[in-house]
Amino acid sequence: MWCVEATEISQKFNRRRIFEAISFKISGGQSLAITGPNGSGKTTLIKIICQLLRPTSGKLLIRNEERIIHPHQIYPYVGLVGPYLQLYNNLSALENYTFFARIRGLTVDIQHFKQLMVRLGLQGREFDELRTYSSGMLQRMKYVVAIMHQPRILILDEPTANLDEDGSEIIYGIMEDQKKENILIIATNEPEEVKFGEETVVLNP
Amino acid sequence: MEKRRLSLIHNAYIVFLKDLHVEFRSRYAVNAIFLFAITTLTAISFSIGPIRLRSEILSPLLWIILFFSSMSGLAHIFVREEEQQTADTLRLLTTPNSIFLGKWFFNVILLFSLEVLIVPVYLAMMGVQVNSPGSFLLIIIIGSIGIASVATLIAAIISQASAKGALLAVLSFPISLPVLISGIHGTQLAMDGSTFAETLSDLQILFSFSIVIITLSLLLFEFIWRK
Repeated sequence: MWCVEATEISQKFNRRRIFEAISFKISGGQSLAITGPNGSGKTTLIKIICQLLRPTSGKLLIRNEERIIHPHQIYPYVGLVGPYLQLYNNLSALENYTFFARIRGLTVDIQHFKQLMVRLGLQGREFDELRTYSSGMLQRMKYVVAIMHQPRILILDEPTANLDEDGSEIIYGIMEDQKKENILIIATNEPEEVKFGEETVVLNP
Repeated sequence: MEKRRLSLIHNAYIVFLKDLHVEFRSRYAVNAIFLFAITTLTAISFSIGPIRLRSEILSPLLWIILFFSSMSGLAHIFVREEEQQTADTLRLLTTPNSIFLGKWFFNVILLFSLEVLIVPVYLAMMGVQVNSPGSFLLIIIIGSIGIASVATLIAAIISQASAKGALLAVLSFPISLPVLISGIHGTQLAMDGSTFAETLSDLQILFSFSIVIITLSLLLFEFIWRK
């Protein structure tokens, strides 16, 4: 059973306190919603969870059963979608997929790629460079690379940003599937999305 | 999907291929380096005119062209990732050392391509006769590896700074000084027709410097790359 456990995490940038003593524990089959007003540190907490940022104090552990996953070992198990995380705009959807698959140690499976593109409503644009995509299509493409390796931990920062109603419904489906067996962490202020979290962390500035 | 065993070299190779692919589409670094080199070479050639220079002048001129041309484009390998907000994406994909090695290899290949074009043109335009071509080639190749190693490490540092423009050349110059001094001296000896044994001390310095910088980079890169 996979588990993400935060103990008394605090973050400061210079002298400015972002948040203090945040603790939570979620395991496979559970979900967590992080909410709070703008500037309360939702994105900072997300970056700490996926080990892009070190907390000023406190501890974050990712475990599989009793085995602690070192930051250098988490790559194959985490998928992240966020506004600050971009794909390679000079490459096509297929070229991006190929790069992400190969670096994650997966074999490039064109059928799987096509299935994901259909699921995200991007069929027919497989060979177009991403710089020709709209912002909503780019957001959908981020999900293609975030879920292609069936991550144990799926972390979504503003999951439906730039998406239309159809796009949001597709993402809600992905979120439902993820939390059946694996871990889902979302940072959002949308009441409809907060409902996906069985546990909630509310950050206050 | 089937999973394969991941390794440092495999992932470095994938990062290298990706950078090569992206560079072929944008041609930013290639254009910057080649245009800088050709402009400098032409300016030097016109300013010298028909005067035949001695190897004491020709050798530093060649290394100045190579050094500053490489500084105009090699930083792009990391700056591009930060500017296009793909750096965090890359941080989530593989180990820092795979990223460093992939990008280092890309810079080495880019610098070699520059030299394949610029060095013969320089020799032809300046009317240089290289009397020890073997030593000359070895010094250029090993010296370039040293310059590419320094540039890759410094590029990773400056990519996170706000004023990136001239920082690479300014920061790289003091660190690259051993490469430039030995490269210039060794190239001069090779042009004059010295034996391999006479250029060996310069080759040893260039080789040792490259090994030290690559080893240091592998030890330090994680601290630079992780925020």
